[in-house]
Amino acid sequence: MIRVVLPFHLRNLARVGEEVQVEVAEPITVGAVLDALEVKYPALRGTIRDHETLKRRPFIRFFACREDMSLEPVDTPLPEEVVNGEEPFLVVGAMAGG
Amino acid sequence: MSSVRVLVGTKKGAFLLTSDGKRKNWKVSGPHFAGWEIYHLKGSPADPNRIYASQSSGWFGQIIQRSDDGGKTWNTPGSSAEELKGPEGFPKGESNKFVYEGKVGTHKWYDGTQHPWEFKRIWHLEPSLTDPNTAYAGAEDAAIFKTTDGGKSWKELPGLRNAKSALWQPGAGGMAVHTILLDPKNKNRIYVAISAAGAFRTDDGGKTWKPINRGLKSQFELPDPDAEVGHCVHRIALHPSKPDVLFMQKHWDVLRTDNSGDKWTEVSGNLPSDFGFPIDVHAHEPETIYVVPITSDSLHYPPEGKLRVYRSKSGGNEWEPLTKGLPQKDCYVNVLRDAMAVDSLESCGVYFGTTGGQVYCSADNGDSWNAIMHDLPPVYSVEVQVLK
Repeated sequence: MIRVVLPFHLRNLARVGEEVQVEVAEPITVGAVLDALEVKYPALRGTIRDHETLKRRPFIRFFACREDMSLEPVDTPLPEEVVNGEEPFLVVGAMAGG
Repeated sequence: MSSVRVLVGTKKGAFLLTSDGKRKNWKVSGPHFAGWEIYHLKGSPADPNRIYASQSSGWFGQIIQRSDDGGKTWNTPGSSAEELKGPEGFPKGESNKFVYEGKVGTHKWYDGTQHPWEFKRIWHLEPSLTDPNTAYAGAEDAAIFKTTDGGKSWKELPGLRNAKSALWQPGAGGMAVHTILLDPKNKNRIYVAISAAGAFRTDDGGKTWKPINRGLKSQFELPDPDAEVGHCVHRIALHPSKPDVLFMQKHWDVLRTDNSGDKWTEVSGNLPSDFGFPIDVHAHEPETIYVVPITSDSLHYPPEGKLRVYRSKSGGNEWEPLTKGLPQKDCYVNVLRDAMAVDSLESCGVYFGTTGGQVYCSADNGDSWNAIMHDLPPVYSVEVQVLK
């Protein structure tokens, strides 16, 4: 199971706690985790990435093991620590200034 | 005794205010969807417990929420795993998916070049007068969408964007369908208004649309005195008993038409400023209308710092200030276009919300006012339901 941490507003929308777990078939990539997340929590479709293009929404960032994976190709494999459940995959709302 | 429920959309959530028919003591429910922008909520005239809400965020996009119990609980229609799994698998519908039909096309951009349509959010939701599962949604960038399955899925009525849309241009607030009026006497007739494109009408249920802007003067924005589109219409309103008569608050000017928009006439009369955003019609007097004058397009607050609703009982031209209970000094709030509503109780209630977070109610046709909320986030929209 892959652990996923969601930002506050998406937790409320999906009616879940801070962290959820999703089952992901290998290879375990950013895209595969997002696919599984949206299947399990359909209310999140369109909130993290665009419905049609599947591009990441501009103010959403992805982190794994303290590394920003937002700009990596979606088929990039996630680190072993995320795959084996030691570390969560983080979906983060970018901070806004002002 | 009848009661009322006021639906308030704000920059940081939705609030439901309820009272009995006296409209003196209020109960507050909310914030619902705390932290999200709620551009608009509106109840179904056919089933008052059915309420649609537009929830959006610069981070997470557009969500449509629906309540079937008068706002006690909410759900994102069509977004349960079961509902989304069609016969061939996932997915079959998404309540928050608004996709322009066909070729996306372009509209006029701020610099005069053409710019592709980009969906941003839903500004306004207009439930059908007869069917709780049917509703219309006004979008930014400007388009109208329709659901017939209670908000589970939305489909654009693309004919609207065939009405000279290459000449439509965003105003400072964007380019959105912010007003949708359903003709209660003609189910095929719908009016919409768009900033900054103008007013439009369909007579065939949304297949084809035509601009209805003759008589509008926008000399500073549109040098062509006969410009068919491009006008910054802020709001239009009608009375159900006379749906061919429309009233308009434009960027500047208050106008009326007596022939369904074929020709407009200015009725600003003695208003202290004819700039403003909302306009509404008394529930029982089709020629009694309300506006909130704002100083100018550069100064979005009331003239002289006095918050005054102006009422005309003659369908325009002759206006009287309504001030009792409203701040008459040092007031620098704005009242946005979707933030005024009237109820249908015998003594007509008039409501409006401000960017300062106040919601005002008059239970006596506007003669006197009380602030029923003082400290909400900036108010985007106000609607009211009368519950039997």
